[in-house]
Amino acid sequence: MTITGERGVGASRSYKVVGTSPIRHDGVDKVTGRARYGADINMAGLLHGKILRSPHAHARIRSIDTSKAEALPGVRAVATAKDFPIVQMQELDFGGAQRNSRMMADNDLAYRKVLYQGHAVAAVAATSPHIAEEALELIKVDYEILPTVLTWKDAMKENAPLLHESLTKRFTMDRSSQGKDTGVRSNVASQIQFKLGDIEQGFREADVTVEREFTTQTVHQGYIEPFACTASWGPDGRVTIWTSTQGIFGIRETVAGIMDIAESAVKVVPMEVGGAFGGKGIGYMEPVAAVLSKKSGHPVKMVMSRKEVFLGTGPTSAAFMRCKIGADKSGKITAAKLHLVYEAGAYPGSPVGGGASTGLSAYKIDNVLIDGYDVVCNKQKTQAYRAPGHPQAAFAVEQVLDELAEKLGMDPMDLRLKNVARQGDRAPTGVPHARVGFKEVMEAMKAHPHYSAPLEGINRGRGIAVGYRLNGGGSGSSATINVNADGTVNVITGSMDLSGTRVSIAMQVAEVLGIAAEDVLPQVVDTDSVGWTGGSGGSRITFDTGRAAISGAEDVLRKMAQRAALLWDVQAEDVQFKDGVFFCAKNPKDKLSFKELAGKLMATGGPVTCSAMDKQGGVGAQLAGNIVDVKVDPETGKVDILRYTAFLDVGKAVHPAYVEGQIQGGTLQGIGWALNEEYFFTPAGAMANSSFLDYRMPTTLDLPMIEAVIIEVANPRHPFGVRGVGEGPIVPPLAAVANAVYRATGARMYGLPMSPGAILEAVEEQQPKKR
Amino acid sequence: MGERVHVRTNINGDAADFLCEPRQSLLEALRDILGLTGTKEGCNDGNCGACTVIMDGRILDSCCVLAVEAEGKTITTIEGIAPLDGLHPIQQAFLEEAALQCGICTPGFIVAAKALLDREPDADEARIRHWLAGNLCRCTGYDKIVRAVLKAGEMMKQGPAIGQRAGVLGGKAGGTEAGKSVEDVYMA
Repeated sequence: MTITGERGVGASRSYKVVGTSPIRHDGVDKVTGRARYGADINMAGLLHGKILRSPHAHARIRSIDTSKAEALPGVRAVATAKDFPIVQMQELDFGGAQRNSRMMADNDLAYRKVLYQGHAVAAVAATSPHIAEEALELIKVDYEILPTVLTWKDAMKENAPLLHESLTKRFTMDRSSQGKDTGVRSNVASQIQFKLGDIEQGFREADVTVEREFTTQTVHQGYIEPFACTASWGPDGRVTIWTSTQGIFGIRETVAGIMDIAESAVKVVPMEVGGAFGGKGIGYMEPVAAVLSKKSGHPVKMVMSRKEVFLGTGPTSAAFMRCKIGADKSGKITAAKLHLVYEAGAYPGSPVGGGASTGLSAYKIDNVLIDGYDVVCNKQKTQAYRAPGHPQAAFAVEQVLDELAEKLGMDPMDLRLKNVARQGDRAPTGVPHARVGFKEVMEAMKAHPHYSAPLEGINRGRGIAVGYRLNGGGSGSSATINVNADGTVNVITGSMDLSGTRVSIAMQVAEVLGIAAEDVLPQVVDTDSVGWTGGSGGSRITFDTGRAAISGAEDVLRKMAQRAALLWDVQAEDVQFKDGVFFCAKNPKDKLSFKELAGKLMATGGPVTCSAMDKQGGVGAQLAGNIVDVKVDPETGKVDILRYTAFLDVGKAVHPAYVEGQIQGGTLQGIGWALNEEYFFTPAGAMANSSFLDYRMPTTLDLPMIEAVIIEVANPRHPFGVRGVGEGPIVPPLAAVANAVYRATGARMYGLPMSPGAILEAVEEQQPKKR
Repeated sequence: MGERVHVRTNINGDAADFLCEPRQSLLEALRDILGLTGTKEGCNDGNCGACTVIMDGRILDSCCVLAVEAEGKTITTIEGIAPLDGLHPIQQAFLEEAALQCGICTPGFIVAAKALLDREPDADEARIRHWLAGNLCRCTGYDKIVRAVLKAGEMMKQGPAIGQRAGVLGGKAGGTEAGKSVEDVYMA
């Protein structure tokens, strides 16, 4: 069969479905309250589980006495770490940091030590959540309190107490490898290093050099849906888990590993996910619910409170950055040095590799030295948060560049454009850039009316910044397509839909099959019902699962062409397909639309069902950029965002309205991170603001409309040019807002958040004469 | 635990009565006793608006109201917003404007917006932003939500017929499937 049509990629190609904005398939359920999220489950005999959490940030567990809790009427089971088989099987080790089942077990229920305030120590299942909460108060834990190692600074001090006796520092020059074990016992879990050229020589060639230090604080993804799951341990030894997660197969592996059962004995059913942003890439309560269900003989549902979400799940790293950049008089960057220290929290695995491998990557710099340190401390174990580790590094680099431009007397956009990396240029990781749209994004920013619009009035400033994002992918996605007799198709995947990927995958299938997006019915199913699929993260689903679905759809066309050949009594290669119609090359009068042929499948050999998988090298890189106008109240220090324009090279926008939504949403999170959000810790390590009242995220009143500008420089790795859109938008806002605040106040903001008090202090410190 | 209390209310146009513990919130009663899980819990302390319902014409966070306080009250939840043969204009506008991503905050926003537009279909952007400041969304940046509410106001002024447009997906069932394959999941 020949499939005719344009096979080129990206914006130059014309599409029928891709690039339109149909109503999403799951939309009606979500605007009517019918969609079922993690906590929206109920079943006969359901028990409710609750978790007892440590009040101490660092303590040894001497003993746990659960007898009184077990005796409380209504309590059906109590669990501690001793109920996890893996805890008995092996000692805590730190290999394979992100997917280490033993380490996850220790985080899900602490065994010998608690490592942060909120660390889970025991769990109860009871007939009502209120009884379970009462039972928690009856559990007696004998703690030996240890000194708190609260920050990276405390942790890196000489003679700092060690969180983990057996932790030794690793050294790597490759983000995807654990590197060499140096054998040095330390709270520094690892160092990552990237080097290009001769850094000393590069700085000697510089006419202007700027070196600054920056800090950011612990911030949370802030998804509105708390973690929630239900487990039912069957009499056949199989356990079924309903959960809100980014990856059902990851949960399956974790539960199987911790409970020492076969992966195939675990079935994970996805519920709708009420926000994740990386934070739901792993679970916390599924193994606990499984133990409680096994012990009680009942299904057990566990739902976190908001406070538990703050205390018991992974936020992103507080970080320290030192950045030094030198340029010659023409503005060419001659050398750059980036020193990053990211807090991992209780166990190794901060996103410092994300910062190290991206912070300087938008630029072509011949002489580079980047060092990143992953440091454990007595805070929540960090988890991914939208472009993990990138925004912190960009906060430093993009402010130093701003200062450099000012010293050189250059337009800040021109400085960036002068040094922009192009295809073939080597990134600091040593990897040459593929076809990227960095220059196109920067040029679009400079040409945008916002860039040159007058900004009138006092205490106002305009800032810009860009942000390089290295999208993930390549973990693997499966898709199955079934053709229905009415001309519709079902697309079955295991990719959790966090924000609109059902529709973006369905649209790609529709494009291939020449049918309407509404005629493709996307389904996200459980681990028993679809091939293995990696989690929804790394901005990879529209790309990876899209590629799998496209390849399945092309197979559907081949199979249907064979049916048409049967009907027309010709060879399959005589059947052609164009614009949604099969026709015979020998007799063009023989033609059937996709829908017509779909109705003849049962008479020509039976149903058409095609499965495909995709596993390849990853999405690739993209650039995001921001222009922002702020007004700073000189009396209070409060920042108002007056105007915001956010740019992103998306490769190809499959569903432009939801692409805009991703850009606007990532921008909101970046603004919150920049202006308001932080965990306040007491000296003993307790979080002092564990509610949405005190951990203040942006509301409708804090933002203007956010103009999203879509740039399309096709990604050669995807048939339609897709680059992914989820994460890039959060990279530039921290620096863009800081640069705007500098223009408005004259004060450089070296720390986040830029709260009113922090701004007043910086103005006071940096401009004493004005006061 | 205490004795259970018999509470008589009207929910989404129907008389509804239930037994609850005195310590249970209205949110718990709606979700766990009545099976109306469209109303969501995001914070359980009145700071996110995911559990917004309309009680006797006023919006409130159902997590901050005791179930027993619903006695004799008339309550509208997200399940009671759409007419039988289609969607409410606000729901339609949310779909058309792509005003939802993960969707967990969406019921709260729609219920809150309805309480506003029922009284003030002419509400402008500033008024809408002020009214919705008690509802947190972490996905959208609010841009498309505000636009959807503005659009819904226009649609409502044009009369109810607009809101009765059925078949947003060409009459085909779309939908989420999570949990639907599970026979032992209760349906409201």
